[in-house]
Amino acid sequence: MQIYLPIAEISVNIFLILGLGGGVGFLSGLFGVGGGFLITPLLIFYGIPPAVSVATAANQIVASSVSGVFAHWRRGNVDLKMGLVLLAGGIVGSTVGVWVFAWLRSLGQIDLVISLCYVIFLGIIGGMMLLEATRAIFRTRRKGAIRRSKKHQHSFIHGLPLKMRFYRSGLYISALLPLAVGFFVGMLTALMGVGGGFVMVPAMIYLLGMPTGVVIGTSLFQIIFVTANVTFLQSVQTQTVDVALAILLLIGGVIGAQFGAQFGARLKAEHLRALLGLLVLSVCLKLLFDLVIEPSELYSIMPGDL
Amino acid sequence: MTSPVRIFMSFCMTVLTFIAVESPIKRASADPLVVDLSNHLVAITTGFTGTDVLLFGAVQHEGDVIVTVRGPDQDMVVRRKERKVGIWVNAESARYKNVPAYYASASNRPMDIIAPQSILQDYRIGLENQRFIATSDNPDTDQEVYRAALVRNMQNAGLFNRRPAKISFLSNQLFRTDIHFPANTPTGTYTINVYLIRDGRIASVKTTPLVVSKTGISAEVYEFAHRYSALYGIIAVIIAVVAGWIASVAFRKR
Repeated sequence: MQIYLPIAEISVNIFLILGLGGGVGFLSGLFGVGGGFLITPLLIFYGIPPAVSVATAANQIVASSVSGVFAHWRRGNVDLKMGLVLLAGGIVGSTVGVWVFAWLRSLGQIDLVISLCYVIFLGIIGGMMLLEATRAIFRTRRKGAIRRSKKHQHSFIHGLPLKMRFYRSGLYISALLPLAVGFFVGMLTALMGVGGGFVMVPAMIYLLGMPTGVVIGTSLFQIIFVTANVTFLQSVQTQTVDVALAILLLIGGVIGAQFGAQFGARLKAEHLRALLGLLVLSVCLKLLFDLVIEPSELYSIMPGDL
Repeated sequence: MTSPVRIFMSFCMTVLTFIAVESPIKRASADPLVVDLSNHLVAITTGFTGTDVLLFGAVQHEGDVIVTVRGPDQDMVVRRKERKVGIWVNAESARYKNVPAYYASASNRPMDIIAPQSILQDYRIGLENQRFIATSDNPDTDQEVYRAALVRNMQNAGLFNRRPAKISFLSNQLFRTDIHFPANTPTGTYTINVYLIRDGRIASVKTTPLVVSKTGISAEVYEFAHRYSALYGIIAVIIAVVAGWIASVAFRKR
């Protein structure tokens, strides 16, 4: 069954889009990432214009994150104070990001920048996660016990000013750090149409030293507001948010996310991280492949005078 | 509307044409060419997956017929990818003015047999006789290659037809052809020209407009998104939050 999307201005198969939302929603609930890094490339691959894909994915991530955060909230897995500090950085970052997006578009190289961003970030983070998680899995097997993370190690990070106490995470660190993480991830949300969970989650674990248990809930909490900000700004600036497409994606997405969250509760944290690392790396490789291999059509057309 | 219904309607139209056109044409014998469409409005609704419009008409005396359908003009940028540091990036580009957003043609016999090349060129009939005005600032770009790439991309998108469609004559005087509009048909006012050609000269031309526009919910959503974009953004966020919340409540039991 086909449906005509009012903003994307093409007609799509309803069940394919629902299935896409469901599959990505499942992974989103499982790993605590918005799933935007999968949904945006998949939508573009399906033929939705890139600008519409990026903006609409942000809208869809609002829904999947809201549905995911409740489950974590009930289990007390949201560090509200940390979430708010990250959010403050995220709002500024995403606003700057939407502006940078428009600027890159006027230069005519936005597609390349988006692809390169994906390859670089997914490659680094996927590789790091996979490496670390594999090491953790082998360590657990050998010793039969999980070693504590190196939370109390001291580095330059602990010398920064504006220290704040985050009770839920058991941390006493500079507020500048989560602010910077939030700002950076907010920019990625606007530029790449991602929630940024795939950057946020490792940054929280490895950079901030947060306990794994509260990381997913807290990142979902802050992603909700940053993606909401991007949805609003893209609607005003570029009119590329397709509500019909977003509704289809989120119907599939919110249902998938519930099953994902339940399934994820049964998996070990380092197994989860290893799986996510693999997933991130495979998306990265696919995008890299597309950049390196000679395209069958060297010419592309675009209406309008950018 | 489903396609079987359309086909049936087309059939009815054809039959009606036989009945309705045959008699007046004898009376109004001054008009050498009579043309009409099954529909002057292509409505893009929520279920739109492309449609066919039936063009039908009659000629007074035997002759060849060519039909051209031209969508609204737009500017087009053609970009060429080049390998730089191992990856393929957009490098050179060419800009064209007055590129039709849609172009299709049809004829009862191959065009080059019907009319001499000079006529086709003068009247800009057929894809190869469309003149796109290059506004590229780079004089080195090979215009022929870029023009071919533009046409090829439009054909792959289904917006330019690959070869002229067939016009079928039902008798010596009545003809019909289907004009296909794909799912990604751009909105706007289209111009349909019907040429009657006799002895390699254009004997008569009829021009008829066709409007492609969005109707129903999709049109209203589009209007709203552009006119009240801030409110649209807020509503989009609210829908997402409510949907997420509903899903969370629905799954709370387990």
